[in-house]
Amino acid sequence: MSKFFVSSSVHLKSEVTTRKIMLDVIIALCPAVIASGIFFGLSAVMLIAVCVLSCVLAEYICRKLMKRENTIDDLSAVVTGILLAFNLPPTINPLIAVVGSVVAIVVVKQMFGGLGQNFVNPALTARIVLMVSFPTAMTTWVKPFFYNNTADAVSSATPLVAASNSGVMPSYLEMFLGTRAGCLGETCAIALIIGGVYLVFKKVISPIIPLTFIATVFILSYLFGSDPVYAILSGGVMLGAIFMATDYVTSPLTTSGKVIFALGCGLITVLIREFGSLPEGVSFSIVIMNILVPHIEKITTPRSFGKEKKNAKNEG
Amino acid sequence: MKSKGLLSVLTSGIIKENPVLKLLLGTCATLAVTTSASNAIGMGAATTFVLIGSNATIAALRNFIPDKVRIPAFITIIAGFVTIVQMVVKAYTPSLDQSLGIFLPLIVVNCIILGRAEMFARKNKVLPSVLDGLGMGIGFTVALLLMGAIRELFGAGTLFSIPITQGFVEPMLIFILPPGGFFVFGLLIALANKIGQKDKDKDNQPKNKNKDLACASCPLGEACQKTCNKGER
Repeated sequence: MSKFFVSSSVHLKSEVTTRKIMLDVIIALCPAVIASGIFFGLSAVMLIAVCVLSCVLAEYICRKLMKRENTIDDLSAVVTGILLAFNLPPTINPLIAVVGSVVAIVVVKQMFGGLGQNFVNPALTARIVLMVSFPTAMTTWVKPFFYNNTADAVSSATPLVAASNSGVMPSYLEMFLGTRAGCLGETCAIALIIGGVYLVFKKVISPIIPLTFIATVFILSYLFGSDPVYAILSGGVMLGAIFMATDYVTSPLTTSGKVIFALGCGLITVLIREFGSLPEGVSFSIVIMNILVPHIEKITTPRSFGKEKKNAKNEG
Repeated sequence: MKSKGLLSVLTSGIIKENPVLKLLLGTCATLAVTTSASNAIGMGAATTFVLIGSNATIAALRNFIPDKVRIPAFITIIAGFVTIVQMVVKAYTPSLDQSLGIFLPLIVVNCIILGRAEMFARKNKVLPSVLDGLGMGIGFTVALLLMGAIRELFGAGTLFSIPITQGFVEPMLIFILPPGGFFVFGLLIALANKIGQKDKDKDNQPKNKNKDLACASCPLGEACQKTCNKGER
């Protein structure tokens, strides 16, 4: 009856799969994992393992209970686990990390429909939930190489906290190499940059978001009278800009959208740092911009070929 | 309503038309006062008293209140009962008055009470109206108690201020804070819908009947449907 047939054609199949992208991200995260192991010892590596395992397990059990197709082999839960661990202080109770994993996977990701449907970054949201729930545990920092000392751990302020209390600040080199107090994965800027360059080189992420984000923080901090180099090396700016803000699901698609998104992230980060009661604002800024992504997409949707210009339509 | 029987008037407010979880009325008070189970019970009891009182009074006066000024009349009656509750609470349980704060006088503008007056009390006799108020009040209290208990248990490790998990499990502060309130609220609504869905499947009701139910439970349903039927939008 029908004149149209579904025939085999020269369909080009892309080599890119979710699994491959996630594998690239994991490879890019490896330098930072190694750095955290060196600086914060075996307990840091164990914490990453706990986060990854609990994320994968949470995803598996959740999909099973929801009677949905199993998706743990796309490795996205592994990435979430590593990123979550990177956002935790090295000496935190592993049970708190498990709670964070469950929040990230079950509440933020699976309840909204799984990978691709979550409207905010799972790892970051889990960090914020933990931050609000366990404020003391989430802000107890230790000095790197504490495991070499005779004491169990030497608590220390992060550079951002030290800066707001006008304490002693580490040098630029220390900041760059990451031998400072802070979350597991955020300290070693050089390891994060190596990972970022790898991702850009493999075309997994575009450099627009990280560069705009970091540049915005740099310039605005300078304008507000803070040390701009410290501003971009301290806190979670590197980790957030390279690995969190570039999340496919929760960042805009178009170039102009990406610029707006990253500008917003940088602006909110600096505003929270300068005027907010918290010393660090990267996680909140990225989550706030995540929520705005649908609106950014709406205003930056390119005009499809042959369609009238928006202005012309409005005039008519 | 007559065919339904008085008992179903009483029970419909508890699960089928639960004001908080099904009709989504009184959300503001629900989220604000459910930081502990005892607060929730206090709020629920106060609201139940106002509901019964205002429903009874409005039902008794339903033939004397002119239609055009019925809303101000209802509000005045409701405000009277709220004032009584407020004075009683202030006099006998000052600590509850402290923890409920502004939300006690705000019962006046709680949508549940005006909603029941508009939907039920002005069309029905005194006895069914009282039962409706009681059912709705119990439904409100149960929903608040559930939320309050969950939030207090997870957020502070206590239940009615008695330590339960305190000491060996660190409480998650977020449950006491507003985001936790919204979170628990969402989960309970989902749960109530799930239970409701099962009932519907059992009854095998046609779809448009559900639509009628949704309109019947809305205070503006009647006027809205009229304009809909006229084709005016």
